[in-house]
Amino acid sequence: MKVQLAQLAHTRSGDKGDNANIGVIAWEERYYPILLRELTPERVLAFFADRVKGPVDRYELPNLAAINFVLHGALGGGGTVSLRTDAQGKALGAALLRMELDVDERELTR
Amino acid sequence: MIRIANGQGFWGDWLEAPVRLLEQGPIDYLTLDYLAEVTMAILQKQRQRDPALGYARDFPPLIARVAPLLRERGVRVVANAGGLNPIACGREIRKLAPGLKIAVVLGDDVAARIPEFLKKGELLANLDTAQPLAPIRDRILSANAYLGAFPLAEALVTGADVVVSGRCADVALLLAPAIHRFGWKASDIHLLAAGVVAGHIVECGAQATGGNSQVNWQNLENLEEIGYPIVEMQPHGVFDVTKHPGTGGRVDSHTVKEQLLYEIGDPQRYITPDCIADFTTVRLTDVAPNRVRVEGVRGAPPTGMLKVSINYSAGWKAVGALVYTWPHALEKARAADRIVRRRLQSLGLEFEEIWSEFVGVNACHGMAAPPPSDPPEVQLRIGVRGNRHADVERFTREIAPLVLSGPPGATGYADSRPAVREVVAYWPALIPAVEIKPRIEVLP
Repeated sequence: MKVQLAQLAHTRSGDKGDNANIGVIAWEERYYPILLRELTPERVLAFFADRVKGPVDRYELPNLAAINFVLHGALGGGGTVSLRTDAQGKALGAALLRMELDVDERELTR
Repeated sequence: MIRIANGQGFWGDWLEAPVRLLEQGPIDYLTLDYLAEVTMAILQKQRQRDPALGYARDFPPLIARVAPLLRERGVRVVANAGGLNPIACGREIRKLAPGLKIAVVLGDDVAARIPEFLKKGELLANLDTAQPLAPIRDRILSANAYLGAFPLAEALVTGADVVVSGRCADVALLLAPAIHRFGWKASDIHLLAAGVVAGHIVECGAQATGGNSQVNWQNLENLEEIGYPIVEMQPHGVFDVTKHPGTGGRVDSHTVKEQLLYEIGDPQRYITPDCIADFTTVRLTDVAPNRVRVEGVRGAPPTGMLKVSINYSAGWKAVGALVYTWPHALEKARAADRIVRRRLQSLGLEFEEIWSEFVGVNACHGMAAPPPSDPPEVQLRIGVRGNRHADVERFTREIAPLVLSGPPGATGYADSRPAVREVVAYWPALIPAVEIKPRIEVLP
């Protein structure tokens, strides 16, 4: 079945220069393996293909049941250079919550 | 145990927050973090206009306002409000709040030393792009090394009521009081790492206590009275994150996790001047309502390099906007965008970038968001950036004419012509830490 990331995780995003990062935090620890399997850096980059040059780095924080994504070239120059409304990437985390993930129903209930 | 509270997450944060932290419960140290990357650029513009400025101007009047509380409760302040001009900031505090002892931390400003560094063979290459600094060296407006916590701790040794620094690592503001009170040494890497994690959790103020939180935000109580974060640090590096009782917001392991992940790179290598903290060693426990215990933090020795934040002039920009209304609001806005672009082209104007957004449709989520069907209104927001001031200026004249000469239903142009702004760009680089010699100046 398809499940929106918002059901499995919450996010916070921000900037470092022209890079953005998105912290993805599993609502429940049992969802973390799903996030690790589904949220590949390639998928995240493809999801933001219209605004992120890439590459996307992925870092795991099993202690927090969380993943950190660093999106390179994500902000149209970043900071004061960028012409974008979201020059600091504050909205990218919420945007990622729209992503549809392939999940086996049993993974959600066990 | 010492209580360290952070009452500002950036310059422009809630003015009442530091006052309430002092009024609503016990704290020992009040930190105020004013400096974001973009803040340095703003301060640079202000110092260009007036050499006596270049610091967070909210800070001296705030200290004047809370001076009686600071004295009564014995609370000491550590703030990076000095920005690009810490001495001027310190002098202004002395003027507005006479009787407080002020220590100013200097040595971060390396703008005048850039030629010396380049001569020594330092490339000051851009940390993001790896390009060497030399091609933009004539356009440098400011350059500041990120100082660590030890110079700030040294400033506390002077007995100062208020410690003012310029550019330092944000986390140093919290780490300094812990170093000062517990006698942590530069070799106490894991203790310093714990202080760094604590500093990171509170450096954005209420983002640790329910602000900007996706965690059940609809049921967050009393956000108008949100409590700013307080760290209760133990000498052995275990700490609680909390807020004053009765204040709004929420502290739980999920709000703390959100902030732990905010604006970080490799979580195993959170690099600071004093140590490298490993965020994958952090253990969080919800020990009581609005109280999260943090323990287990491990770290590694610092790299021996300091980050230098360089601002340089990078041309001009302007952003204009018009609102198009139903029916076919998006189609009208798209047509208007095409008209502007063709007019700019036929005028022969040169830009590095022209960027159009349709606010209400794609400005923030881009193609990740499904397009709405015929929305009641859409804002066309179009920006240009380039090296030629005259071209950017000419662009600002091309928005308003659309009201009479473009698609129907344009409104929302009340701000008239957009302003032309100088682009101050950010250039992060590294310099050997031994090159930087922090020093303390006490203002009597």
